[in-house]
Amino acid sequence: MQLSGAEIIVQFLKDEGVEYVFGYPGGSVLHIYDALFQQEAVRHILVRHEQGATHAADGYARSTGKPGVVMVTSGPGATNAITGIATAYMDSIPMVVITGQVPTAYIGSDAFQEVDAVGISRPCVKHNFLVKDVKDLAMTLKKAFYIATTGRPGPVVVDVPKNVTDPKIKIPYDYPATVSMRSYNPTVKGHPGQIKRAVDLLLGAKRPMIYSGGGVILSGAHAELTQMTRELGYPITNTLMGLGAYPATDKQFIGMLGMHGTYEANMAMHDCDVLFAVGARFDDRVTGDTKLFCPHAKIIHIDIDPASISKTVRVDLPIVGDVKHVLDDMYKEIKASKRKPDAAALQAWWKQIGEWQSKDCLRFDRNSPLIKPQGVIEKLYEVTGGDAYVTSDVGQHQMWAAQFYKFDKPLRWINSGGLGTMGFGLPAALGVQLAHPDATVACVTGEASIQMCIQELSTAMQYNLPVKIVNLNNRYMGMVRQWQEFFYESRYSQSYVEALPDFVKLAESYGHVGMRIDKPGDVEAALKEAFALKDRLVFMDFITDQKENVYPMIAAGKAHNQMHLPSERELA
Amino acid sequence: MRHIISLLMENEAGALSRVAGLFSARGYNIESLTVAPTEDPSLSRMTIVTRGSDVVIEQITKQLNKLVDIVKLADITEGKHIERELMLIKVRVADKELRAELKRLTDIFGGRIVDVSESTYIVELTGSGDKHDAFIAAIDPAAIIETVRSGSTGIARGEKSLQIN
Ligand SMILES: Cc1cc2nc3c(=O)[nH]c(=O)nc-3n(C[C@H](O)[C@H](O)[C@H](O)COP(=O)(O)OP(=O)(O)OC[C@H]3O[C@@H](n4cnc5c(N)ncnc54)[C@H](O)[C@@H]3O)c2cc1C
Ligand SMILES: Cc1ncc(C[n+]2csc(CCOP(=O)(O)OP(=O)(O)O)c2C)c(N)n1
Ligand SMILES: [Mg+2]
Repeated sequence: MQLSGAEIIVQFLKDEGVEYVFGYPGGSVLHIYDALFQQEAVRHILVRHEQGATHAADGYARSTGKPGVVMVTSGPGATNAITGIATAYMDSIPMVVITGQVPTAYIGSDAFQEVDAVGISRPCVKHNFLVKDVKDLAMTLKKAFYIATTGRPGPVVVDVPKNVTDPKIKIPYDYPATVSMRSYNPTVKGHPGQIKRAVDLLLGAKRPMIYSGGGVILSGAHAELTQMTRELGYPITNTLMGLGAYPATDKQFIGMLGMHGTYEANMAMHDCDVLFAVGARFDDRVTGDTKLFCPHAKIIHIDIDPASISKTVRVDLPIVGDVKHVLDDMYKEIKASKRKPDAAALQAWWKQIGEWQSKDCLRFDRNSPLIKPQGVIEKLYEVTGGDAYVTSDVGQHQMWAAQFYKFDKPLRWINSGGLGTMGFGLPAALGVQLAHPDATVACVTGEASIQMCIQELSTAMQYNLPVKIVNLNNRYMGMVRQWQEFFYESRYSQSYVEALPDFVKLAESYGHVGMRIDKPGDVEAALKEAFALKDRLVFMDFITDQKENVYPMIAAGKAHNQMHLPSERELA
Repeated sequence: MRHIISLLMENEAGALSRVAGLFSARGYNIESLTVAPTEDPSLSRMTIVTRGSDVVIEQITKQLNKLVDIVKLADITEGKHIERELMLIKVRVADKELRAELKRLTDIFGGRIVDVSESTYIVELTGSGDKHDAFIAAIDPAAIIETVRSGSTGIARGEKSLQIN
């Protein structure tokens, strides 16, 4: 096949099995857009801002496990995409971003819409490329997909100067089905000796704790994790990124851990004697003060990225490898072992955990005349049968969604954990809905976050994406206000959002359905009505209790056994 | 502790900035960094001299290894090794006596005088950084016009080697 660079890109995407490209056109990608126009296999989704393209591709990736693909023009197109690239990078999400670039002859001359996309994106990509010769294009794209999706996944940027896509220059094209790179070979299988030692340590535990994270979801190892956890009968907690990797409604699940984790999960972390960390990266929101982290525990850690191991917390028994393979090998080892978990010790441990659970740390005032945000999420869970894809923005609403929506399946909880990017929720929901046209998709957001990518309501209209927006409208940047209440003597500096739009009219002006709900008694009916509108985007504006706080809370840098719980005053 | 990290990397545009960017982004120290192509032109060899606790050095090597362009890496300070740095130093030698003194000093340090003008000498020295420091300390600071040091390079002794196989 003789193809131009522009045609190679499009043909390659098709050969690679890419369904959707999320993008926005401009001068330096016009040749590629012309090639896109002349075919139907690869669908282009036109967003309203390049940040939206990256988050939508990200949502697609997080809910399918497949890479998200983005195309943007040079200069401002590339810079607008950076926030979304960094978001994907922090949460290890596979993504390939094709950025247009000025022609090679102009590079370095401050040409029109020139930015050093490779330089700007370098700190927030897994890898990036500048393609200088059309002959390298297909192989570079192959490498980009390979790097993005293997090992610890992440975004890869491919910067393509306009002359490389010149429609007049045609060269032979063959889809490069395979690629090998001498400098890049992620470890997949765990070390057998380490696996034996880990199983030994695990079976000898008296107060074991399983702490699993996003790596389990990225690896597709939820079934292996569940099987092994059930076999052992040990308590398990998930990070914010790991929710859904173990069924939240199972009795061995004791909730999320960390800054806004449950009392029982954090106390169990503090008191455990063996900690089994599975695809989690000991983030500071999880560990608090690392010097006081799990003070009594020997730590086993499975991670595909050696750099994640002993980065913030020293571990005793590292296993580098893909969670799925390692758990599989460990399970076989456990089954083959003559040792069994210590039933008596485990019984005492569960009794202790039961006592912690009886604190009912997630309780809230159910008789309030105001809408309680936690109550909205509880109802959302009920109305959607616990089976929705839930995307979220960043703030209190994100934490309540994580605490109160019980995810039993992986790939269902889609949020920006590492970067904490406000504006993520809506475009991500669009990507999820495209990937799962018949699924129920909800976006839990706040009145501040939603305004950061509100323009994507227009994209939702264009492609008929019936996502349901649950806006927990507390008229505050609630998460900021909460920190100001706790740590700045309630000086609410710039955390009150004035002049909010009328979200109902706003939704309507984009052609969607808007609803405003301000009485607790109306919450359930409104949700039911909204979710019954299968083919419409519905914007539900819930006017919630302005001053509600997220509990439990561990202040930054404190230990797991130093938690704030809601006071009786707040529960009254 | 001071460590010398040797690495082989793809001789690609931008590879050097990935390494330099990693050090600045993560707040690691670089004492010196040298890089040049090897006998295989597709590979460059880089030597980084850095300082840090064991935990930091462990992270540095892991983070470097993670860079897609890096093919192989070794901390050569973990074993017996040879470390060399080149220094060129231009010294003002106004009179005969100073000239003779500098010549003597250069001989003691095993260096060479590689350029002579009416009022200046350029001395070339190869060796460890310490040796160069000692040389500098031995001459009158006011006489030093310019010094240029290459940064250290190093290689493991004996059978050990940094090679792709
Ligand atoms: C407002 C706010 C509050 C937050 N509060 C909390 C909180 O209370 N609790 C909480 O947990 N988080 C909280 N977070 C999120 C937190 O910032 C981190 O994003 C999160 O804790 C990281 O989750 P993780 O450890 O599962 O790692 P991830 O970021 O999901 O990283 C995955 C790890 O698994 C590894 N991995 C990837 N693929 C594989 C594979 N195939 N095999 C093996 N390993 C693999 C990776 O190398 C990496 O080390 C909060 C975020 C925000 C924005
Ligand atoms: C792009 C961006 N800017 C700033 C922040 C800091 N921040 C974290 S939460 C938050 C407030 C979010 O307010 P809202 O969306 O109303 O959610 P709420 O906390 O009220 O539920 C802010 C400003 C951020 N995470 N992202
Ligand atoms: Mg708010």
